Amino acid sequence: MNKTLVIIGHGMVGHRLIEEIRERDTAENWRIVVLGEEAHPAYDRVALSSYMAETTAEGLSLLTPETRRDRRVELLTGVGATAIDRTERRVSITTGDSLHYDALVLATGSRPFVPPVPGADLPGCHVYRTLEDLDGIRAAASPGTDGVVVGGGLLGLEAADALRTLGMRPHVVEVAPRLMPVQVDEGGGAVLARLVGDLGIEVHTGVATASVHAGEHGGVGSVELTDGTEIDTGLLVFSAGIRPRDELADSSGLPRGERGGFLVDGGCRTEDPHVWAIGECAAVRGQCHGLVAPGYRMATAVAEQLTGGGTAEFEGADGATKLKLVGVDVASFGDAHGTSEGALEVVYANNAQGTYAKLVLDDDATTLLGGVLVGDAGAYDVLRPLTGGPLPGPPEQLLLPASQSGGPTAGALPDEATVCSCHNVRKTDITEVISSGAVEDVAGIKSCTKAGTGCGSCVPMLKNLLDEAGVATSDALCEHFPQSRSELFEIVRATGITTFSRLIAEYGTGRGCDICKPAVASILAGSTTSHILDDEQAGLQDTNDRFLANMQRNGTYSVVPRVPGGEITPDKLITLGQVATEFGLYTKITGGQRIDMFGARVEQLPEIWRRLVEAGFESGHAYGKALRTVKSCVGTDWCRYGVQDSVTMAIRLEMRYRGLRAPHKIKAGVSGCARECAEARSKDFGVIATERGWNLYVGGNGGFSPRHAELLASDLTDEDLIRVIDRFLMFYIRTAERLQRTAGWIESFDNGLEHVREVVVEDSLGIAADLEAAMARHTENYTDEWGAVLNDPEKLSRFVSFVNAPDSPDPTIRFTEERGQIRPEPTDLPMPVPTTGRKTVTEEVSA
Amino acid sequence: MRWHAVCREPEVPTEFGVAALVRGHPVALFRTGDDELFALGNVDPFSGAGVISRGIVGDRQGEPTVASPMHKQVFSLRSGQCLDDPETRLPTYPVRCRDGVVEVATG
Ligand SMILES: Cc1cc2nc3c(=O)[nH]c(=O)nc-3n(C[C@H](O)[C@H](O)[C@H](O)COP(=O)(O)OP(=O)(O)OC[C@H]3O[C@@H](n4cnc5c(N)ncnc54)[C@H](O)[C@@H]3O)c2cc1C
Repeated sequence: MNKTLVIIGHGMVGHRLIEEIRERDTAENWRIVVLGEEAHPAYDRVALSSYMAETTAEGLSLLTPETRRDRRVELLTGVGATAIDRTERRVSITTGDSLHYDALVLATGSRPFVPPVPGADLPGCHVYRTLEDLDGIRAAASPGTDGVVVGGGLLGLEAADALRTLGMRPHVVEVAPRLMPVQVDEGGGAVLARLVGDLGIEVHTGVATASVHAGEHGGVGSVELTDGTEIDTGLLVFSAGIRPRDELADSSGLPRGERGGFLVDGGCRTEDPHVWAIGECAAVRGQCHGLVAPGYRMATAVAEQLTGGGTAEFEGADGATKLKLVGVDVASFGDAHGTSEGALEVVYANNAQGTYAKLVLDDDATTLLGGVLVGDAGAYDVLRPLTGGPLPGPPEQLLLPASQSGGPTAGALPDEATVCSCHNVRKTDITEVISSGAVEDVAGIKSCTKAGTGCGSCVPMLKNLLDEAGVATSDALCEHFPQSRSELFEIVRATGITTFSRLIAEYGTGRGCDICKPAVASILAGSTTSHILDDEQAGLQDTNDRFLANMQRNGTYSVVPRVPGGEITPDKLITLGQVATEFGLYTKITGGQRIDMFGARVEQLPEIWRRLVEAGFESGHAYGKALRTVKSCVGTDWCRYGVQDSVTMAIRLEMRYRGLRAPHKIKAGVSGCARECAEARSKDFGVIATERGWNLYVGGNGGFSPRHAELLASDLTDEDLIRVIDRFLMFYIRTAERLQRTAGWIESFDNGLEHVREVVVEDSLGIAADLEAAMARHTENYTDEWGAVLNDPEKLSRFVSFVNAPDSPDPTIRFTEERGQIRPEPTDLPMPVPTTGRKTVTEEVSA
Repeated sequence: MRWHAVCREPEVPTEFGVAALVRGHPVALFRTGDDELFALGNVDPFSGAGVISRGIVGDRQGEPTVASPMHKQVFSLRSGQCLDDPETRLPTYPVRCRDGVVEVATG
């Protein structure tokens, strides 16, 4: 079957529908065509305000490369739908064409409502909904002058804060007697006004905008309020509510809800069985929802119907919200205004601390109906899921600020309570993975259930659930060290200990094992300048590090010389070919743009490397938990599209960080333009050229659980780029746990990437200079590990097959041939994966 | 039982292993920090590869061990018993040091 689904609107909810369908439609029954009117494909509108301060449009994008590449999904970006013909089942689009559909989903969202104030159409009047709107506001902003936001709701406050970020003096005008009138009651409003005032935002409540007057240049010059106040300003932002975008109802004859929106039933279907509506444009049983979580649930319901044919329904939503202004905690949920019959209110206000909290209870004070929290919304994550259920304790106790009562705990939540509303993950989903033993930390919960990977507000709750399940999130490295790797790193740094034997004698027990020995070896490598095979250190190394090569399944090794940036001369290529021929090695190109030679016996390694070092090669550290490669595209040197010299940068980075030992391997990439041919976003650090410099992405990896790197900093100069990477890598090496790649390490912080940004970009801990100095020491002291071994008879003496027959090849090594090259003779052993009953971390093996 | 001279004692490094060929048998020799010598089969029973001598030496609850470098199963140096799989065991050989020479006995 090959049916066409047309989605009108590529916003947050339309995009979610694509993902939900592609995840379910394994039989590939549906081809999806998405029409998006905006110049950008779907982006995270909820985080739109961050575009003003730190993020780029690209950083907000919701589009994954998988979806971009997906042959079943056709994105028509910048193309709008103009009319729907339901008899012919065709949608007319702005290019003049029309598209046939078997199913049609309307996901057109909302438009900002602009009140009919005289002068509201003058240049200088803006709305706050799209990236384009924000570009307009940014261009119009003039620092040091007043700016006015009409509307003191959730969005209005975000807009006012955005003006503040742009250096303006913001005013907020709200008709209602308090800010955020929908979410907050009078008492909460008073506290909120004070908190907002403290940010430097001037609040005008209980007044409306009377008119907007033109200034000298024909644009906005001033705004007059109904109480006679006049504010001189050139910039006005309307944020006075939203209206569903239901204009396609006219051409299609689809019915509207009473207050607008496409009228749909509980399954989000219109009266036409081929047409659905989801997200903010849908009036589900007559009611529109202006938040993203209900929209996502509608998308899930429709995806289920389209792929399973069932009758999944959207079950309604409670409109719980939290304000995202730094320093102003506001949350409201359920029946915040106590409108249910007989509702009781319990209020706790502390004017000195500037906090206000209210719970709404049913008439016998046993069931929680809703609440308002201002100043400290710490209890929100626990209280919101309790809504509609019995109160777990005396209400006063739930309301005391978390710091005083110990706060409500996750155990109080019913199993069915939603903990992560971004991904709709229930408490039981999380407790199940915890009790199955599959996860032992927050990062594990994140990757198993997706909980905590959206807005991140439930992360403290996830920790709480782990604690309550008694998962002593023990950081002990192994039975020999009660400390975690990062703690040991600090100990080594503080005490100057340089040997494993002293470290274990003073801080551990026993003689060590295959977990702590290599971990400590890596820590020592980062704090001393000795060779990794010097003295006692040699015995600490995993076999790969001990023989400076990667062990393969038959006990032979592979050899991978460094090819910085993937650039190699023909002469060097010829050398590699000659060496491989001479020693009978199997050759293969790696994903990191170098050449891997397999099948070397341990006693052959020194001779092979002697040839390679003579030809100017050095160790590629493919064997180490260390920097592997910095992959690159050809950039401006050759490519018609390149905007920066990616090869030179990649070589510079690879030469700078070569030999750097880390908790896990580190891979990197540099792309010369946004086409991203070097796949830098799948690397621990990825650099992508922009017209103005470089964007730096961090935390990507392939392997067992692939991750995309996220934007850390943008438009950096060469020098700034290197400075930020220096800090990032050193901070990672110092604080990550054993076998933790950058992605898991970043997730292990409460604020994730935000925390990393604060430390490495803004230097919030004041350690940046120290991190840079540590990296400078590394680069100064670098020597080629193989070059050093070849000059050291004592180290060379270990590269023998048998101590008493140094030149006899190991009789267990046997090869057969395949496609003109050697391969290990197959054994009938099953090669089991060990179940050691210890913490096992999946090792990835690619070079 | 016959003793075979294999190497001089310093050729077996402390807390480290080395492979030897004793009458055609690949043997892994180890010397722990307290100068005790051990000799076990060098072939990892899980992979068939001759790699045991290249494993990391350590202890589990005081029992001296070596971890196979292939897939990290841990074996007792004393008994050859695999501590992660009761069904699997490495052969062990008597070993001693006489006049600075390490000797291994085979049956
Ligand atoms: C600044 C800001 C902060 C917010 N904060 C929060 C928050 O904290 N929590 C929360 O839950 N929600 C928040 N929201 C609301 C949230 O963004 C919306 O609920 C969500 O985006 C709705 O998704 P949607 O897909 O229905 O609509 P949208 O994301 O608006 O997408 C609709 C898309 O359809 C396109 N379109 C419309 N008509 C056509 C047509 N005829 N042809 C082609 N394309 C068309 C539009 O251009 C738009 O791109 C915030 C919104 C803003 C603006």
